[in-house]
Amino acid sequence: MAEMVSDAPTRQTLAGARQRLADRDGFLAWIFLVPTVVYIVVLVAIPFFLAIAFAFSDVTAGNPSYDWVGFENFRRVFADPVFWQSLRNTFVFTVISMLLIVVFGKVLAMVLTADFKGKWIVRFLVLLPWTTPVALSSITWLWLLHSIYSPIDWVLRTVGLIDDNSYFLGRPALAMGSVIAVHVWRLVPLAAVIMMVGILSIPDDLIEASRIDGAGFWRRLFEVTIPLTFPLIAVAALFGAIFTFTDMAVVYILTAGGPTNSTQVLASWSFTRGIAGGDIGQGAVIALFLFPLLLAAAVLILRAVRKVETF
Amino acid sequence: MSVTVEVANLIKQFDGGHVRAIDDVNLAIEEGEYLVLLGPSGCGKTTLLRTIAGLEQPTSGEVLIAGSVVNGLPPRVRKVAMVFQSYALYPHKTVFGNIVFPLKPEKLAKDERESKARWAAELLGIDQLLDRKPRQLSGGERQRVALARALVRAPHVFLLDEPLSNLDAKLRASARDELKRFQQRVGTTTVYVTHDQAEAMGLGDRIAVMDKGKLRQLGHPVEIYDDPADTFVATFIGSPPMNLVERDGTLVGFRPEHLLPSAHVTGESVEVSFHVDRIEYLSGDRHVYGTVSGIGEDTRVIARLPATVTDAVTPGESHPFGVSVDKLRFFGVESGTRAEPIRMEAKHG
Amino acid sequence: MAAPTASIGDNARLRRHYARRAVLGRVGLYVVAVLAALVCAMPFVWSTLTATKLNADLYNPDNNPFLYNQPPTADHVMFLFKNTAFMTFAWNTLWVGLLVVLITLALGIPAAYSIARLNRPWSTPMGIAIFFVYLVPPSLLFLSLSRVVVALGLQDSTWSLVLIYPTITVPVSTWLLIGFLKALPRDIEEQAMVDGYSRLGAMLRTILPLLFPGTVAVVVFAFTLTASEFIYALTFISPTQEKVVSTGVPTELVRGDVFFWQSLQAANIFVAIPIAFVFNLFLARFISGFTMGAVKG
Repeated sequence: MAEMVSDAPTRQTLAGARQRLADRDGFLAWIFLVPTVVYIVVLVAIPFFLAIAFAFSDVTAGNPSYDWVGFENFRRVFADPVFWQSLRNTFVFTVISMLLIVVFGKVLAMVLTADFKGKWIVRFLVLLPWTTPVALSSITWLWLLHSIYSPIDWVLRTVGLIDDNSYFLGRPALAMGSVIAVHVWRLVPLAAVIMMVGILSIPDDLIEASRIDGAGFWRRLFEVTIPLTFPLIAVAALFGAIFTFTDMAVVYILTAGGPTNSTQVLASWSFTRGIAGGDIGQGAVIALFLFPLLLAAAVLILRAVRKVETF
Repeated sequence: MSVTVEVANLIKQFDGGHVRAIDDVNLAIEEGEYLVLLGPSGCGKTTLLRTIAGLEQPTSGEVLIAGSVVNGLPPRVRKVAMVFQSYALYPHKTVFGNIVFPLKPEKLAKDERESKARWAAELLGIDQLLDRKPRQLSGGERQRVALARALVRAPHVFLLDEPLSNLDAKLRASARDELKRFQQRVGTTTVYVTHDQAEAMGLGDRIAVMDKGKLRQLGHPVEIYDDPADTFVATFIGSPPMNLVERDGTLVGFRPEHLLPSAHVTGESVEVSFHVDRIEYLSGDRHVYGTVSGIGEDTRVIARLPATVTDAVTPGESHPFGVSVDKLRFFGVESGTRAEPIRMEAKHG
Repeated sequence: MAAPTASIGDNARLRRHYARRAVLGRVGLYVVAVLAALVCAMPFVWSTLTATKLNADLYNPDNNPFLYNQPPTADHVMFLFKNTAFMTFAWNTLWVGLLVVLITLALGIPAAYSIARLNRPWSTPMGIAIFFVYLVPPSLLFLSLSRVVVALGLQDSTWSLVLIYPTITVPVSTWLLIGFLKALPRDIEEQAMVDGYSRLGAMLRTILPLLFPGTVAVVVFAFTLTASEFIYALTFISPTQEKVVSTGVPTELVRGDVFFWQSLQAANIFVAIPIAFVFNLFLARFISGFTMGAVKG
C-alpha cells in the first residue's frame, strides 16, 4: 500500500512529461511548419536569389564558373528587339486570354450549376481540357491547326469561305490568335470550377429574395451574383493570369515562338536563351522580368481574398 | 391594397415523387387577412408559402392571387413580398441599397424611389441605419430591414417565413407585437409560416394547421384550440397538449386546465379519481402529472391548476377531480377525427 | 371559393408569355451546354478519329477529314505501345505524380494545421508568405534549379522531378488546406482534448478524418498540376527512359520533321481519358472541399 502511494506521483509526472510535448501548441506549431519552410527556403528562396545572381554573371551551360559581369547581361538583353517583342506579346497574350477566360468561365460555371439532363457527361467533357497534360492537348491542337490537313481549313474550303489554307500557325496574327485560343480553351474549365464554387456559396435565400424583389435574370446576374462572387472571380482571374503569364508550354509546342518571334513570350524566350542557347545569365535576366509584374498581381489577389473574408 | 389569395387542389411532389410535400390543399385567404400556417417542421407549410410566392411550381392545382390564376408566373409579376427566415439581406448592399432594390424594376424617378425607401425606413424606425451594411446590424434591426424591403413596393401580399425564429426569446415577444400592429396599420393580406403555436395564436386572424402535406384544420385561434378537428390538432396545439382517454372505441379529450379538483368544477361534470405522481410549478400554475381513472381506461394525463386553485394536492395520493361535460371532445380511435359524443355518467354540481 | 375559370382571362396572356420564356430559357441552357461540351471535347474527338486512320486516308487533303475514307486501323495505336517508350512515360508520370502527392500531403497538412489552428502570432504572415511562394513560377526558377539539380547529381533522372515538383504543389495545397481547416469547427477537436487526447492525438483522430474531402481536392489538384508540368521536365531530363508523358510524347514521337500524327493522337487519348475519369469521380468532393475552404476561409 505504502509503495503504491509513493509510486503513483512519479508515474504521473512521467506520463505528464510525455504528454506535454504533444500538447504544447508552440512546439507543435514549429515542428509542423519547419519541414515545409526548410523545403521552400532551399528549393524556392535560394534558387530565386541564385537566379538574381546569375543575371549578373557570365554562367553558361558549358562553363558554369561564376564571374561577376555587372549589368552586361541586362545591356545585351535590352539591346535585343526580340526581348521587347516578347514583353509586348506576353502582355497581349495575358490580357486577351484573361478577359476571355473570365467571361467564358463565368458562362460555363452558370451552365454547370444549373440543373439539366445529361449534366455529368457535359461536366466530364468540359473538364477534359484542364485535366489533360497541356503538352499533349497542345499537340492535338497542332494537328488541328496543321498547315495542310487542318479540318478547320477543310470546312472553310468546302463551305467556300477560303480558297487556300489559312496557315494558322504560319502567319503572325493568326498564330497569336491560335495560341490564345488554345490557352483559353485549356484554362476555362479551371476558371469555371472556381467560379462554380462562388455561385454555389451564395445562399439560395438571397437569389430567391431577389426574384421576389422583381429582379430578372440580368439584374440578378449583375446586382447579386457577380458582386457576391466578385472575390472568387478575381481569384480565378488572377490565378489564371499567373498561369498565363508564366506559361510557355502552349507557345513552345504550337509555334516555338514563331513565326519570326511573333508569338515569343518572356517565358519561352528565357528558355530559348537560357537552356537551348546555353546563356544562363541572359535567360535569368529575361525570367526576372516576370517577377515585379507577378508581385503586382499577388497584391491584387490578396486584396480580393481579404474581401471574401469581410462578408 | 389588399387582395385575396387562394390555392385550389394544390399538390406538390418533389423529384423522386414518393412524398407529397403538399397533398391536395384548398385554402382561401381573405382580403387583408392575417393567416398563419402552423405545423411541425416538414409538414409542407413552407413549401405552400413558396408555391404562393412562385418560387416553386405546383405539380397540379392552382394558385390564385386577386382572383386570377398565377401558375407559371415568376415571382416578380405576382406582386408579392417575402421575408425569409434568414432575412436574406444582400450583404454587399447598404440598408438603403437593400430597401431600394425592389423599386428598381418599377419605372420611377430616382428621387421618388429614394423618398419611398426613406418612408419605409421611417415606418420601421431604421432611418438612422441607412448607410450600414447588414453585417453591422443586430438581429432585430435586420428583421426590420427585411420588412422595410418587403413593404416598400406596396405588395399585394406579404409572405413571412418564420421571421422571428432567429431572434432571442425576449426580442421575439416584442417583435411579435410590433409585427401585428404593423400589419394592422398597412392592412395587407399576410401569410405567416411558423411552427410556434404561441406566435400563431397571437398573430393569426385565422390559423391553418398542416401536417404531412395536408391541411388539418382552418379556423380562428379560439376554434382551433377549443374545437380541434382531429387528434393531431388537439395534441399539437396547447401546452401541455390535450389529454386523450380511450373509452369504448372512442377517444375522450379534455384540456389540462379543465381537469380540476371536484370542488372547482361547476355544472354537469364527470367525476374521476386522479392519482398524482408529480407536480411542477410554472409561473404560478401547477402542472400535475398522474393517472386518471373513471373516464375510460386508466391513462397518464396532465392537469393544469391555475394559481387561483389552492387546494392541497399530494403526490402519491388519489384525489377526486372532475371535468365539465361541455369541455369534453370526442375522436375516433382509428380515424382520429371528431366523433359522436358518447354518454357519460355525469353529476350535476 | 371563386370559380378560377371566371378570372383567368386577364392573366392568360402573361402566363403564355412566361411559359414561352421558360421554354426558351431551357432551350438556351441546353444549347450553351452542348456547345460548351463540343468545343471542349472536339480536339479529343479529332484525336480519336485521327489515331485510327490509315496514312493514305489521313494524308490526302481532298478526303473528307471527318469520315473514314478507308477502313480504320489499330496499327498506329499498336505502334505507340510496342515501338515507343510511351508505357515508360506513362509509368514515370504515374509514380512521380503519386510520390509528389504524398510529399505534398506530408508537408502541407501539418503546415496548414500549424498556420490555421495553432494560433501563433506569425500564423497570418506565414500564410501570406506561403501564398507568395506560389507566385514564383517555374519559368523564373528553372534556370537556377537546373544548376541545383546538376549539383545534386540528379540531372537526367526522373527523381529530380520528385524533388522539385513539390515546390509547385506544396504552396498552393497548403493554402487550400488552410481554408478547409478554418471551415472545420474547433469544438470537435476541443471535445477530443477534453476527452483525454493530446493536441496531437486530437488532430490525428478528429481533424484528419474530417479533412478528407479537402485532402481529396488537394490530391486531385496536385496530381493534375504535376502531370501537366512541362518546363522542369523539359529542362532537367533528356534520356528517353527517364521522361514523363508531357515531354516524352512530343519529343520521341516527333523525329526531326516527321510527326507520327496518329500515334501522337492516340497518346493524347490514352492519357486524357483516364485522368479525366478519375478527376470526375472526385469532382463533387473537389467542389465541396473547395467550397468549404473558399467560403469560410
